[in-house]
Amino acid sequence: MLRFIVRRLLQLIPILLGLSVLLFAWLRALPGGPAQAALGERATPDDIARYNETFGLDQPVLVQYGKFLGRALQLDFGTSSRTGQAVTTEFLERFPGTLELTVFAMVFAIGVGIPVGYLAARRHGSWIDSSSVIGSLLGVAIPVFFLAYLLRLLFAVQLGWLPGSGRQDVRIDATHITNFFVLDGLLTREFDAAWDALLHLVLPGIALGTIPLAIIVRITRASVLDVVNEDYVRTANAKGLATATVRRRHIIRNALLPVSTTIGLQTGLLLSGAVLTETVFAFGGVGSALRDAIANRDYALLQGFILILAVVYVLVNLLVDISYGLLDPRVRVR
Amino acid sequence: MSSRIGGGAEPMSAALGSTRRDKIDELAARAGQVPEGGGGVSLARSAFRRLRRNPVAILGAVIVVAFLLVAALAPSLAPRDPLEQALLSEVRQGSIPGSRDGFPLGVDQLGRDVLSRLIYGSRQSLLIGVVSTVLGAVVGMALGVLAGAFGGWVDTVVMRFVDILLSIPGLLMAISISVLLGQNQYALMIAIAVTQVPVFARLLRGSMLSQRDSDYALAAKALGVKRSRIVLGHVLPNSLSPVIVQATLSLATAIIEAAALSFLGLGDPDISRPEWGAMLSSAQAVLSFAPQLAVYPALCIIVVALGFTLLGESLREALDPKFRR
Amino acid sequence: MHRRPTRALAASAAALSALALAGCASSDRDESGTAAGESSGSGGGGGTFVFGAAGDPTMFDPALATDGESFRVTRQIYEGLLTNAPGTADLEPALAESYDVSEDGLTYTFALREGVKFHDGTDFNAEAVCFNFDRQYNFTGLAASPAASEYWQNNFGGFADTPDVPSLYAGCEATDAATAVIKLTETTSRFPAVLALPSFAIQSPAALEQYKADELGGNGDALTYSEYATTHPTGTGPFKFGSWDRGNKTVSIVKNDDYWGEPPGVDEIVFRSIADGNTRRQELQAGSIDGYDLVAPADYQTLEQGGFQVLPRDPFNVLYLGINGGGVEGTSANPALQDPRVRQAIAHAIDRDTIVSSLLPEGAEAAIEFVPPAVDGWTQDVTQYAYDPAKSKSLLAEAGATGTKLRFYYPTDVSRPYLPDPAAMYEVISKNLTDAGFTVEPTSLPWNPDYLDAVQAGQADIHLLGWTGDYNDAYNFIGTFFADAGGGKMKAEFGGWSAPEVFSTLAAGDSEADVEARGPLYEAANKAIMDFLPAVPISHAPNAIVVAENVSGLVPSPLSAEDFSTVTISE
Repeated sequence: MLRFIVRRLLQLIPILLGLSVLLFAWLRALPGGPAQAALGERATPDDIARYNETFGLDQPVLVQYGKFLGRALQLDFGTSSRTGQAVTTEFLERFPGTLELTVFAMVFAIGVGIPVGYLAARRHGSWIDSSSVIGSLLGVAIPVFFLAYLLRLLFAVQLGWLPGSGRQDVRIDATHITNFFVLDGLLTREFDAAWDALLHLVLPGIALGTIPLAIIVRITRASVLDVVNEDYVRTANAKGLATATVRRRHIIRNALLPVSTTIGLQTGLLLSGAVLTETVFAFGGVGSALRDAIANRDYALLQGFILILAVVYVLVNLLVDISYGLLDPRVRVR
Repeated sequence: MSSRIGGGAEPMSAALGSTRRDKIDELAARAGQVPEGGGGVSLARSAFRRLRRNPVAILGAVIVVAFLLVAALAPSLAPRDPLEQALLSEVRQGSIPGSRDGFPLGVDQLGRDVLSRLIYGSRQSLLIGVVSTVLGAVVGMALGVLAGAFGGWVDTVVMRFVDILLSIPGLLMAISISVLLGQNQYALMIAIAVTQVPVFARLLRGSMLSQRDSDYALAAKALGVKRSRIVLGHVLPNSLSPVIVQATLSLATAIIEAAALSFLGLGDPDISRPEWGAMLSSAQAVLSFAPQLAVYPALCIIVVALGFTLLGESLREALDPKFRR
Repeated sequence: MHRRPTRALAASAAALSALALAGCASSDRDESGTAAGESSGSGGGGGTFVFGAAGDPTMFDPALATDGESFRVTRQIYEGLLTNAPGTADLEPALAESYDVSEDGLTYTFALREGVKFHDGTDFNAEAVCFNFDRQYNFTGLAASPAASEYWQNNFGGFADTPDVPSLYAGCEATDAATAVIKLTETTSRFPAVLALPSFAIQSPAALEQYKADELGGNGDALTYSEYATTHPTGTGPFKFGSWDRGNKTVSIVKNDDYWGEPPGVDEIVFRSIADGNTRRQELQAGSIDGYDLVAPADYQTLEQGGFQVLPRDPFNVLYLGINGGGVEGTSANPALQDPRVRQAIAHAIDRDTIVSSLLPEGAEAAIEFVPPAVDGWTQDVTQYAYDPAKSKSLLAEAGATGTKLRFYYPTDVSRPYLPDPAAMYEVISKNLTDAGFTVEPTSLPWNPDYLDAVQAGQADIHLLGWTGDYNDAYNFIGTFFADAGGGKMKAEFGGWSAPEVFSTLAAGDSEADVEARGPLYEAANKAIMDFLPAVPISHAPNAIVVAENVSGLVPSPLSAEDFSTVTISE
């Protein structure tokens, strides 16, 4: 197991090298550049040339890449051309919010999804089953902006129970150490701030968790159905093993394998930032940073963020692969 | 990464003694009978036979066929020209004329008949949904089969490639594809398909990993059945279940994603052609007083997705060899 | 409604009226019954006012800022020598009580307000004024890059160490503590109007030096802003900088207790960045913000019915359909457009009245020329092109250009005050053109950088673009668009049209030192432009801010330059 993990982590080196070369060339091949983006409506070709000269964008790509690599090895990914902040600072500001939101959304999706999916499969053909199918279709077919609108209309405007956007009430003077707002509240013993930050996660978390929820419900249902009909379960039933034991030992464990793939995938997708959810909930996270960076051809931020995110994906998928082995001893990683 | 043969340590193996023998017999029999590729044919045929008898499948088929008909016959079904800005002069910021004679579902922000736009929209939306999902599923499954079937360094290379693919923001991918292929609906479909590839690849590979080491596969291997035969004839069909589920859901998300991307200006610049997802996106601006403009296209997407889901669910069951007994 | 900048403002009277205006400026605004200033009792109610902005600021050194969200904050912290009278684009005294200008229009003498202190306790005086202008004039390196000092370069041209790029700025002299003399190198319509721009506000020299405002760092690939710009902005304004929470997307400014003028009506203002329009509206309805900017035109009614006060800004912009003259190398414009009849056919094909009534908010007007009616130089007396598809068809037939293919560029992913919904605008105009016998081939691109880049390089046959004025002078509109951009050609956006009549009338207006005499010259320019038709003006559209029922005192500005110090909250 340890060897497996070490080997997987070693694979990161070629991945990151390859990805950085790819990205570097890719971004610079896109039409428009940071100069046009920064200078906007009134830019003259001369201004653009001067901008590129000032920031070294007129040098050969290879030279630029060499500089980038030299700095990246010291974990310096340069400066965002849009905000003027170091990319690492920017990431440390943005990622905690995204991570908090992802954790909330996935806890919601898993906590609701697996039981519902399991129940739907066990009561195959019942109303629970059909409504789980319809419900998950609703979940994927309603766009985030509409769902967010409805959630906010009900819980923020009408009932006034939950905050409708942002990460923290502007009237709360909270101290931020880690930029994980909930954690900061706990660390500084400003429990009202922590609670407030947690409440701010609810609506975006639900909106964000809906699609993973729908997928988890359906995949859980499908794989439980598969497993229920597997030979060994039938055999175990025939042998007269107590139903509860059969369920616990065989069905759930075996059914969870595809579910864990899905959970890993969805977590990965959410961690790269949910652009729409962040936008409609005014939530400063990775997704909106990436989107702004793309619009502004913010090379440094894009390179830095994508490389760091690649590491995150590899780690998430590593966890998923390890979970395979734990869930199903037949699939063993080495 | 390679996996190790399960040995006899698992608790279930003892209980499986008899069924395993059955399975081996079955596999052996088929291996002897059917020539190359033949196993797949009989599987498909029997699956189709079971589909026909399944009421759920029939309902799904009815829905899908109905929408296909609507799409095909749009010009004769639609009451009006979907592009005619008939009531534009009556539209004001903050109020849109409601339904009336000749406009059963009312008009949109540019005074165009909503019903006609929904009917015409089925063409574009079905195309985008189906093509991008199929494209993403096929490529993703090909990668998944490669990784799942061979394991070892092939698995490593394919999966790390998928990791890289995942880490590239979808928007960046979409912009780049539209730069390469120009702004049109095909670029859009490809962009959406590309984001789906990693999902299908990982799902299928994960599912195949557990099937590949299942008893019947091991037995078949022991009997000397060719690896390609085991994988394509048995492991793959048994692993499809999560893929089918994902595909039916992807169909709906693809339509919405296409709308989001064209909203950002990456789709076909000729936006006069009606499309559900785009109708939904443009309803965003008028949610406060005309939410119906969002509800109608959303309903259409849901019903179409339901049709495909019911078909998919039945197909999943039909394909599953375990249901054959 | 004619507003003209007065040359030398009578000091105390104007200053007094400025303060009085702030209290009741909405009296001359008849279109909205919900005047925000009306009910304002005595100020000083205190409390926190939370305002929803559409984006995040970049930093708070106005000399280096380029975006509206940064300026919104700096406008509250800093003051310029001049400002705009509340609710208008007209000039009014601020830190200068009055000024005199020499006959040749090259020397401006400012009499400064006395007894004003910066937030750090240092004195505001003529030295500080000159320090600020000299600072910008002496920018070098990164600060002189177009990304940083964009406004200086657009309005004053070059720097001290760029002899090849001439500068409008000749120097500044502090003759005594309360008198600053600014000298220019040429007569221009821009000056002194630019002094009301936030970029040329007066900052504390002590703070600029202490927090190293000019040390723009970064390891060469982008600008990094100084400690001054991010955490210690220091001006003379009614509010002091409080804090900037990037993670929560909020900026807080607090009441300046030592403000020389009328003290602000609230203790604190928090600007919250909420990008999505529906979210801003719902947050206002939920009561978590007290007002917001960029109200979607479609939401005016809903909000008013909900008891909120929608405060429209007078239209101070223009939307136009640009036409490519085909004179830019490396582009392939449609040669048919060089025939004036084809351009006239385009103008006659567009149904401006329906566009104005159906796609734009109440208060929008169809444009007959490229300056809004509130600007001197606007005239009824230009060639007008009424909606007449039949005439378009016959003009096209006459020119032998029926079915002419037009590559029509429009932007996506953007909403501008003059263009709230580009896609809808495209669809309607495209339908108009098709009906008139053109063939439209659309291209859509994300606004920035793709779209701006493409249309400014002259790649489109026709395209949608617009402009919001910086100050009340026609040249700021028509000069920006159609002046000779070098070599006897218009800028590439308009395909390098060569229009000597337009160029000469424009230049005459810009170089006229006498403000009063400029109006007629600009009228001539407008006539020349509408005869030549290098583009088709479409509309002037208002946009709006909205505040809750219990908020008063906020006066909407056509320049989006609202002063939040007059805001009070009841209850």
